Amino acid sequence: MRPTKLSTLACAAMLAAVPLAACGSSGSNSSSSAHPTLTYWASNQGTSLQDDQQVLAPQIAKFTKQTGIKVKVQVIPWTTLLNQITAATVSGKGPDVLNIGNTWSASLQATGAFLPFTSSVMNQIGGSSRFLAGSLSATGAVGKPPTAVPLYSTAYGLYYNKAEFAAAGISGPPVTWAEFVADAKKLTKNGHYGLTLEAGQIPENVHLAFELSQQQGGSFFDSAGKPTFDTPQNVAAIKQMIDFMQADKIANPGDAQYSKGTEALTDYATGKAAMVFWQTASGSLAKLGMKASNIGVAPLPLPSPMPSGGKKVTSMVAGINIAIMKDSKNLSAAEKFVKFMTSTPEQESLNHTYGSLPTVQAAYSDPAFNTPAVHTFRSILSTTAAPMPAVAAESQFETAVGTAIIHLYSSAATGKTVTSSMIGQALSQAQQQLGG
Amino acid sequence: MVDTIRVKQGVTASAPSSPPKRRWWRRGSLPYVLLIPAILLELLIHIIPMLAGVGISFLQLTLFYLRNWRAAPFAGFSNYAVAVNFSSATGQALLHSFTVTIIYTLIVLAGAWLFGMAAAVLTQRAFRGRGAVRTLFLIPYALPVFASVITWNFMLQRDTGMVNQLLMSLHLVGSRPFWLIGQDSFWSLVIVQLWRTWPFAFLILTAGLQSIPADLYEAASLDGAGILGQVRHVTLPLIRPVNRVLLLVLFLWTFNDFSVPFTLFGSAPPSQADIISIHIYENSFVSWNFGTGSAMSVLLLLFLLLVTLVYLALGRRGARHA
Repeated sequence: MRPTKLSTLACAAMLAAVPLAACGSSGSNSSSSAHPTLTYWASNQGTSLQDDQQVLAPQIAKFTKQTGIKVKVQVIPWTTLLNQITAATVSGKGPDVLNIGNTWSASLQATGAFLPFTSSVMNQIGGSSRFLAGSLSATGAVGKPPTAVPLYSTAYGLYYNKAEFAAAGISGPPVTWAEFVADAKKLTKNGHYGLTLEAGQIPENVHLAFELSQQQGGSFFDSAGKPTFDTPQNVAAIKQMIDFMQADKIANPGDAQYSKGTEALTDYATGKAAMVFWQTASGSLAKLGMKASNIGVAPLPLPSPMPSGGKKVTSMVAGINIAIMKDSKNLSAAEKFVKFMTSTPEQESLNHTYGSLPTVQAAYSDPAFNTPAVHTFRSILSTTAAPMPAVAAESQFETAVGTAIIHLYSSAATGKTVTSSMIGQALSQAQQQLGG
Repeated sequence: MVDTIRVKQGVTASAPSSPPKRRWWRRGSLPYVLLIPAILLELLIHIIPMLAGVGISFLQLTLFYLRNWRAAPFAGFSNYAVAVNFSSATGQALLHSFTVTIIYTLIVLAGAWLFGMAAAVLTQRAFRGRGAVRTLFLIPYALPVFASVITWNFMLQRDTGMVNQLLMSLHLVGSRPFWLIGQDSFWSLVIVQLWRTWPFAFLILTAGLQSIPADLYEAASLDGAGILGQVRHVTLPLIRPVNRVLLLVLFLWTFNDFSVPFTLFGSAPPSQADIISIHIYENSFVSWNFGTGSAMSVLLLLFLLLVTLVYLALGRRGARHA
């Protein structure tokens, strides 16, 4: 009996250990019929997942009324969206239509799981000339048919609280980083901070690192697409970010735990901090109860003087694309849905609600997009925005570097001094994760 | 083996009187036929995914091959070489995570057993409200993992959490400590996991204690043994078989647990609490490098198998000597 018991327990041990090795998830895949049901994964654009459901529901109802096609909407938070898409890619089962961060386009294109928007597919949805050229530039690798089409367009801006600026005797938004830190220090007192950061979140960290690195003349990939993470310029950019919390003390150390993608914005909207770097947020700020007259937007500051090779970049080309899974059993219904979502009335309505910018030219005739904030963001997009690296390893870069920055912020928040050499080491470790 | 021989004899003995095939079908294979569904499910749920995992560990499975992973190039042992090259960042991180996990598992194991044993002994004798106390003790184990751990996550927040609120109002700390990042995150994880695990030890040990005849305790107390003496000389020796299985199961569960650390910290856990299951998950899903992730899983499997075999072999020798 002994050996049997032994081997049984040993088997149990093996079984307990293994599920890690092979797991995956399956989504739903509706069967094709005259009136199919599409599954749509929407990204979190509003103040909460429920908010997105409420915003999308009437539009979806309109679509169902027009076409007879039902759509099941699932709003996926940013923290798990890329993961879920990955799982859907592996299993070949997932939604029919989905939103992707536009910076992931080249990575997701490389998996081959998405329907390429060849010219014939483009014609089905109304032609590529309807879209803004800038938005269309972040839809995949150069020279290949786009893997998605732009849905919402945004850019980073420096949001500042006009009332708090006036009360502190500051006349306008800072233009240089030196001015920015000086202003933020003036605004930091009694548990109120000059700046708030979503420092525990991967995308926010990596986007800011990219922008500051561009200003330093740095780059995370060389022209051959090889990762170059631990350059002095990239180290300097990340040191600048960490120092907001560590040396300048203008950001709350508690920000290191902000990871949901909404907490820093909420702090800004509710008057706990005077400034935040954020993508177009007027819709969310209104919902969070911030008075429109207090909201000021300006481009991110620049170094003065500019470092040699530094670029005047204040934002990445940000945005959300909409894509179709190649394995969808309802391709023609999916194309109709994409056509609907990128149609001029939908672009006007959805972008107005979310406070983002339309990706089709025709929508700008709507007076809703004739506001100072929209003008600021359009000017940022057309003059000082640069696209994130369009390489297949982009999503891995975001995760590896974003996670490294989270850990650096954690160290700074818990009282360790983060030095340039620590940052360099963290970056070379992140680079190793990419096998580079 | 004995069963099989008996079955075969039965078949030969009854063969001449009726068509052998039919009798054979009726008698001999019935147990095996009944086992088929279980074996099929076992293959489907455990064995095949496990072998697939082992297979993937020999592939260079990155995002380019996700959709058609059969086309991924063969990598030989290179994934293993990356994982165990402790002078590289990946290997170092794995070793660090492994060390953290071992320390964490041992602390949780010892704590869960101690709490479970103490509570089981204390509730062994009947008293008013014993049922209610036992139920209360089992609550952490009965709650869904996500619901209970996310509550811990809220309680351990730095600026809004109840723990810091309490510490501040009692003036026990000068400034709000971080519980979910930095060095304290390790202890947060240990406490939450201990809180979740000890009721299981309590449950199993309570069951074990109930099988000990009461007259043994009477005899011990007549011989002058106090409560501690009784525990030492009667309880512990008699529940040794229960303990053997309990400690092994607790070790494997804690070592492998994914839900608690993931719910507590998310996909980017602080390095002080970088538990190996999440580490492997990060290497597979977050970095999209399933080959390395699977190689790490297989190494983990081999390690746990080794621990289990050594543990059981030692236990067997101990039992023989006793």
